[in-house]
Amino acid sequence: MTPESQETNKRKEADDSVDLSLIKSLLDSEGDTRGSLISLLQGTQSIYSYLPANALRLIAERTGISLSTIYSVATFYSQFRLEPAGKYTVRVCHGTACHVQNANAVTIALCDTLGVTDGGTTEDRLFTLEVVACLGCCSLAPVIMIGDMTYGNLTPNEAVRVIKSIRRREGALK
Amino acid sequence: MKALRVTVGMGSCGLAAGAGRLYEMLESLLLDDKVQFELSVTSCVGMCYAEPLVEVTDKNGSALYGSVDETRLNQIIESHIIKGIPLDDWVVRSDYLKSYEDSFFGGQKRIALRNCGLINPGNINDYIERKGYEALKHIASKRLKPEEVIETVIASGLRGRGGGGFPTGKKWDFTRRAPGNEKYLICNADEGDPGAFMDRSLIEGDPHSVIEGMIIAAYAIGASEGFVYCRAEYPLAIRRLKHAISQATEHGLLGENIAGIGGFSFSLAVREGAGAFVCGEETALIASVEGRRGMPNRKPPFPSDAGLWSKPTCINNVETFANIPWIIANGARAFSAIGTSGSKGTKVFALTGKIRRGGLAEVPMGITINEIINGPGGGLADNHLFKAVQLGGPSGGCLPASLGNTPIDYESLSSTGAIMGSGGMVVMDETTCMVDMARFFLNFTCQESCGKCTFCRIGTKRMLEILERICGGDGCEEDLTLLEELSEQIRRGSLCGLGQTAPNPVLTTLRYFRDEYIAHIRDKKCPAHTCTRLLTYTIDSEKCTGCSLCAGLCPSSAITGEIRSFYTIDSTLCVRCGVCYDKCPFKAIERE
Repeated sequence: MTPESQETNKRKEADDSVDLSLIKSLLDSEGDTRGSLISLLQGTQSIYSYLPANALRLIAERTGISLSTIYSVATFYSQFRLEPAGKYTVRVCHGTACHVQNANAVTIALCDTLGVTDGGTTEDRLFTLEVVACLGCCSLAPVIMIGDMTYGNLTPNEAVRVIKSIRRREGALK
Repeated sequence: MKALRVTVGMGSCGLAAGAGRLYEMLESLLLDDKVQFELSVTSCVGMCYAEPLVEVTDKNGSALYGSVDETRLNQIIESHIIKGIPLDDWVVRSDYLKSYEDSFFGGQKRIALRNCGLINPGNINDYIERKGYEALKHIASKRLKPEEVIETVIASGLRGRGGGGFPTGKKWDFTRRAPGNEKYLICNADEGDPGAFMDRSLIEGDPHSVIEGMIIAAYAIGASEGFVYCRAEYPLAIRRLKHAISQATEHGLLGENIAGIGGFSFSLAVREGAGAFVCGEETALIASVEGRRGMPNRKPPFPSDAGLWSKPTCINNVETFANIPWIIANGARAFSAIGTSGSKGTKVFALTGKIRRGGLAEVPMGITINEIINGPGGGLADNHLFKAVQLGGPSGGCLPASLGNTPIDYESLSSTGAIMGSGGMVVMDETTCMVDMARFFLNFTCQESCGKCTFCRIGTKRMLEILERICGGDGCEEDLTLLEELSEQIRRGSLCGLGQTAPNPVLTTLRYFRDEYIAHIRDKKCPAHTCTRLLTYTIDSEKCTGCSLCAGLCPSSAITGEIRSFYTIDSTLCVRCGVCYDKCPFKAIERE
């Protein structure tokens, strides 16, 4: 078996094991609303951190939208992911203002300390790194956003410190 | 109301700078009965550079403190809140004190931002107290017909603030006249331009002004259902907007028979974008609201004839809507008295980049770029030289400092090759490379192209490759002609605004900063020292003391030498990270 197909199998197992009852109330409240596909996918992703294949199948069954249409929408928008994400999504802003204030150095430092590249998830499933276009906090450039929390006026070292403090907190929780 | 009020600025920018912790400190201060005051929340006043901001209002008036950290807050509590003695040095704005920062507000005229930073966005009564929803009541009490409302908006001269600059009243008129009873209204809050955050700040700071503007628009065009399409990257704006919508509904301002106008009903829902820049384009936005892939469609038919669910639809930008209540309440003439002959009213700009006071400034149309940068912006940061300003995001252009006297109006800016755009203004100094800037924007549009049109999908990719080649020192002079040819083809061969304007950043930098391109191509040099592949680092043996600091820091072991003698850099090993240059205590590292 090739490493890729091993990976696919692993993902399939993970997908099959998700608890579909979690999206039932979402489907009941929004499933029949016209044009709600994107909100359904957003709701699903906020529950599972990604879009599991069998959840997409259930949405297709429930809404009557074909699975291929759902897949085409899910792959069009950069917000959606088909792989599980880490507990924290670290979004590094690469907007114009951040670019001018050397966001690149922040990204390099974060890639180094997390050991992943853009879009990657750390092995302990704690962090997913995403390079994004603009977070709209340009006057505090360069900025990163972790969950709903924005950190501004960063240097590469400070960005690394933020990650380390979350790691410490998580370690203490365990 | 208590005699003493303390307000914390809790916009995204304030929160990012640590306002949440300050609020908690003040909250716990209220718990012990030492001092009594009213603790309140507001959003961004525009002085993002001085966040977090805390305002203390007592019998003398208000004093706004800037750059407040925990230590500073403790001192403010000790002195101003408990003893009543203001700490003048930290005050950035006040009723009774002069502050250097007053010049931030000096040249401004605040219409869209009239309540931002002054009211609690979470409390509808704050908005009502400052004449909120009076425009709507005026329409109801005077029994103004929808046509009369449209006439007022046309007479005001208001043009779309999202970038296109189409006359708002005309757009409303087209939608009103379109046949059919089912019509829709959409607020475009998909503020995707990197470097722009006007709409986020407006929704976070004063959501009801946008909602009131939408209710009036819905009445004018005859829509009973509306959507705010807001990008998901703005969680706080979405939360505050949803809260404001539920408050407005409780107050009978949304729902049925609004403000007592018989038969006028309007409901409003928020749709979250899912991270696609192209959805700022109206036909793509409509596709996305319908739950489909956000790809643009051919116009005509225009949305005013066949938009959402193929019904007549009017789409306006956040700032446009925020202007509406003011125009109705103060009259078209008050609005059209501000600005130039073709561009009326004010425009909100997001000042960012190498500027001293980054933030939001609303200025009357017709003032010059220099007046904004030196007035509210306070000039360049760290005494650097003003080299260029980028207007209008990826669809806009980079203007050189020599065009700083260009007035801010739609026509003057278009004639320079830039655009008014949504209001992003990124200021650049001599350390910003213009070729790298063009590469940055092309990288953006190339990634965000939806792929429908060949020239946009592949053309931007080819342009990006050429720019990467030039930044890497492998460009040739024919590349410049090729860039210009491709630009023209992409402009003509693309369906929507994203593609048609994608070459603008390249065209404007080629027009105004051609010598920088030539320096990269002919001399293999980057004058701004940004393009790393074109840099060489050497050590001045005269200045080097042989301290070995750089050798220890160098990630690629390119620096060798003898301690207390001198060191050298092996350029074949050097990765040009610049660590040695930044860290050498004797400034012995030279960069060229």
